[in-house]
Amino acid sequence: MADEVEIDQKVYDELIAQGKSERIARARAKAATVKAQKVAAGETIGPRAQSAEAPAAAPAAAAKAAAPAAAAGGGGGVATAERAGGGVRGAGGLTVEERQARVAAALAQRGNGASTRTGGGAALANQDHTHRLLAMVPPTGIQQIRGKQEDKVYTWPHLIASEFIAVLAWTAFVVIFSALVQAPLRELANPNLTPNPSKAPWYFLALQELLRYFHPMVAGVTIPTVGLLLGMALPYFDKNPSNKPENRKTAYVAFTFFLVLSAVLTIIGSFYRGPGFEFVWPWTDGLYFEL
Amino acid sequence: MSLLPAPDEVKKRVQDNVIWKSIFRPGSIYRKGYRDTSRDRALASMNNVLYHLHPVKVKRHGLKLTYTYCLGGSSFFLFILLTITGIFLMFFYRPTAGAGGQELAYLDMQNLRDTVTFGDLVRNMHRWSAHLMVFTTFLHMARVFYHGAYKAPREFNWVVGVILLVLTLLLSFTGYLLPWDQLAQWAVAVGTQMAGFTPVLGQQVQFVLLGGAEIGPETLLRWYVLHVLAFPFILTIFLAVHFWRIRKDGGISGPL
Ligand code: HEM
Repeated sequence: MADEVEIDQKVYDELIAQGKSERIARARAKAATVKAQKVAAGETIGPRAQSAEAPAAAPAAAAKAAAPAAAAGGGGGVATAERAGGGVRGAGGLTVEERQARVAAALAQRGNGASTRTGGGAALANQDHTHRLLAMVPPTGIQQIRGKQEDKVYTWPHLIASEFIAVLAWTAFVVIFSALVQAPLRELANPNLTPNPSKAPWYFLALQELLRYFHPMVAGVTIPTVGLLLGMALPYFDKNPSNKPENRKTAYVAFTFFLVLSAVLTIIGSFYRGPGFEFVWPWTDGLYFEL
Repeated sequence: MSLLPAPDEVKKRVQDNVIWKSIFRPGSIYRKGYRDTSRDRALASMNNVLYHLHPVKVKRHGLKLTYTYCLGGSSFFLFILLTITGIFLMFFYRPTAGAGGQELAYLDMQNLRDTVTFGDLVRNMHRWSAHLMVFTTFLHMARVFYHGAYKAPREFNWVVGVILLVLTLLLSFTGYLLPWDQLAQWAVAVGTQMAGFTPVLGQQVQFVLLGGAEIGPETLLRWYVLHVLAFPFILTIFLAVHFWRIRKDGGISGPL
């Protein structure tokens, strides 16, 4: 558990004196302590680092905005508006006036470049309801948001259309194939009559093939279990961050080896094993394979 | 003058009432109509149940057939097809073997083949889709590997994927027993004999799997319940996690 943060007693008393609830006063006083510690450690806090020069860059706009600040703060539904009354410095360390001036200055700066409106940002800042503060979010959020613009297209219609085509194609294929190719149904199950050969379904034939070379416990239990666990753990021991084929030669070779190995074992088990699970040539001895 | 109201009037009356509005959300294209604008394209996704699966926008390169080869999606669609055909088969199949001298399971299979309308076709579809799904899932795994799509932050989704693969195999294998013919009986016999070699617990494991010392009517009932209820249920849960994680991990991986 994290260490309990100490309460900044001065801030706490101040807030209580203002009639804030005990819970809010405690939270803000803790925040003040944290902030003081960070400032002492020389860390920059929040977005202020970038906006700090803004008032200097546009002093005129700042001065203009300062006058109507109180009125805007009172009526705009700004979540921090409650601080307007005494002009007290809260945990943020800014008076309402200072904050308004900064917003105006920042808007003015942006307006110079992009806005076609006469009067630029200062005029914008004076309008009611230009924006509303809904929540404060720490600069590093709970989830990492990548601001990078990606080349994207709308799911509808692009993705949905391809999915629809894929669905139609698969449906058509399965219906036509099923109309043409009959699924097997042999005689009634008979525990006393072992067919020769007895084969597992094709996806287990690699294991059945291994049964020829290893003890059943190894082929039937150890190898599949270990294989499965290693398979699951794969992302955790492949530490190479690249997804480019040219950087992943070892991984490619290793995975391809196992893929080809299991494919070869499956094919041998399927087509090259006949009665007694002995080797046969499918083109001379016939096919001992059923789906 | 016609007694019927004009089409526009009908449309307005159908759409402008409490019931219609309760079914379709405010931004839905069934309320506002659809024009091919960016806004309506976004709204079409957002006010649709598919929003649970797809975000409003997807990476362009992920749409190329040569990126996913549509393998995950195909596995999923085959699973849906298997569910639909499987429900049909359940109407005609009773998982009973050798009870009172009656081999209902096998009889029902023969009936499906010979007398039930479309029974043969649907059974074939179910069988072939099952094999296909195992195959596409394998290929999907290989595709994910070769794209390095299991790397951070997608490690866990690979683990979920391996579980899905195991469940797919289990679904296929439990279904293999149900026709109760020689093929079923002996394929399953070969498969389950191996479980008997589990160290220490071999006998117990095999007993639980078969519901007895050897394959019999109890095995059939047990595997039937696993096949039509337990495994699909578990697979669906893991599918939900799989799809949810694809979105949370930032959509499709890549580009390479
Ligand atoms: C029932 C079986 C499965 C279904 C229905 C399924 C479905 C999907 C779908 C629809 C996608 C979206 C991208 C695509 O289509 O390729 C996907 C992605 C993914 N799947 Fe599967 N999957 C299954 C099994 C597996 C298996 C066996 C693995 C690996 C062992 C796996 C690992 C992944 C990973 C890591 C992604 C993210 C890939 C990326 O972002 O490029 N899935 N899956």
